[in-house]
Amino acid sequence: MADKHKLLEVKGLTMDFGGLRAVDSVSLEVHEGEIAALIGPNGAGKTTFFNCVTGIYTPTKGDILLHPKGLATRRLNGLKPNKVTEMGLARTFQNIRLFPDMTVLENVMIGRHCRTKSGIFRSIIRSRGVREEEQQIVEDSYQLLVKVGLGEFANEFSKNLPYGAQRRLEIARAMATDPFLLLLDEPAAGMNPQETAELDQLICKISEEDRIAILLIEHDMKLVMNISNPIYVMEYGKKIAEGSPQEIKDNPKVIEAYLGEETDA
Amino acid sequence: MEYFIELFLSGLTRGSIYALIALGYTMVYGIIQLINFAHGEIYMIGAFVALIVAGVCTIYGFAGVSVLIIAAIAAVIYASAYGYTLEKIAYRPLRGAPRLSPLISAIGMSIFLQNYVLLAQTSDFLPFPRLIPDFEFMEPVAHIIGSPELVILVTTVVTMILLTLLIKKTKVGKAMRATQQDMSMARLVGINVDRIISLTFVIGSALAAIGGVLVASYIGQVNFYIGFLAGVKAFTAAVLGGIGSIPGAVLGGLVLGLTESFAAGYVSSDYEDVFAFGLLVLILILRPAGILGKARKQKV
Repeated sequence: MADKHKLLEVKGLTMDFGGLRAVDSVSLEVHEGEIAALIGPNGAGKTTFFNCVTGIYTPTKGDILLHPKGLATRRLNGLKPNKVTEMGLARTFQNIRLFPDMTVLENVMIGRHCRTKSGIFRSIIRSRGVREEEQQIVEDSYQLLVKVGLGEFANEFSKNLPYGAQRRLEIARAMATDPFLLLLDEPAAGMNPQETAELDQLICKISEEDRIAILLIEHDMKLVMNISNPIYVMEYGKKIAEGSPQEIKDNPKVIEAYLGEETDA
Repeated sequence: MEYFIELFLSGLTRGSIYALIALGYTMVYGIIQLINFAHGEIYMIGAFVALIVAGVCTIYGFAGVSVLIIAAIAAVIYASAYGYTLEKIAYRPLRGAPRLSPLISAIGMSIFLQNYVLLAQTSDFLPFPRLIPDFEFMEPVAHIIGSPELVILVTTVVTMILLTLLIKKTKVGKAMRATQQDMSMARLVGINVDRIISLTFVIGSALAAIGGVLVASYIGQVNFYIGFLAGVKAFTAAVLGGIGSIPGAVLGGLVLGLTESFAAGYVSSDYEDVFAFGLLVLILILRPAGILGKARKQKV
């Protein structure tokens, strides 16, 4: 794994809310081509970790470093979310956060806009260049919808889609920002086994075809063990284990965290 | 019947002005859930700038419609700059504070701007030149609708069509809608939310300034206090139509204008406000979110 390019490097990340330490010096790395997973019991601080990385919170301590391929390293601490997105990092949320009163296509197009050049005035005046750019955005966005299997719903309002489709739309929108690293917060939450299996395939497809590295939070162990390597485990804000699926399965600390401590009766 | 048409058209004129100002309230509310009480003052400042620029233009020998256009452009630019600055110094530092804080800041800015104009200008009513000329082709129907009313109606309709196109069709419009529906998610798809909020204030202020110029040259006088009443009426229109909804603001403005006009025409002009606010109470009892408003679900 040493020869792979390191994309995201988090060193000793700590996040305090008043007197509560939600994340306690967690270090983590995501390399090119990886599907990494972050697991742990509820309240372990996984989502807080994501929020720190994507600029929603400014971490108390630690470094979040992004190493885009062929570009200089950037430190993400305290950057605004829209800057983090511009840098090539996209995410989805645990609960659905689509723009409900926009069409499916518009939801994807909006993600694409941060990659276009035309500013406020040029987009109002609508020169030929702007219109061509707009046309390109529509085509790219439609291709993304086809990829996640939502091509036929392009003109529906996103709030009218079934749940599993809304989840896939969120992934499409995140991909529209053209990231090299995608953070998925419980993408399979609330899905039935059939939908989870489809999601499983979609994530692998994104990883292989689009060469996007993925870091995901997930409770569905079947999905995690199937597709991700390495796996990081958090409990009470601390990282308690990391390794391949097999190592994690056999790790006594992880078993303890999930099933409780064994006591001699 | 002719009397009815006359009242209808004057109500429409009045209503379209309310709508123009109400748009500023509703757009800002839609995005940051703030009732910008200083919005009426922006309208007043727009009217004052137009008065000054029109005076200067007249001295330099411009005449007729050119004065109106130059004055209106100046008012729009000046008021937009005020709107932008207002957001930057009075509201942006309070982003993330409890909702009451920016509201109080807004009231403070409203009082400040009123008194600033009072001190910088005067407390008297100043005569405003009739910038809208009389059209000759209007002659056969001029007793039903005058040229100022016609200009106001056409201007507001054109402005609203442009605004709708901006919001529905352009990239910034899409970004505005996204910000309105979910601000933190909008950030995460790469939208510079601060810039979109500034832009919303600029657009709202520009609309208010257009309203200010039209009303001032229609009524023929301005004063530092005109923003207050116009602001209250436009706010009522925005609430009536459902605050946060752009078509709602237009509809609310028109309903309010027509109600006032008919109440003044068939009952008594003393009672026009009673009818207007009575209607507001009635609609808020029957539909608390306003005519086109949607009840917002609070998510934790």
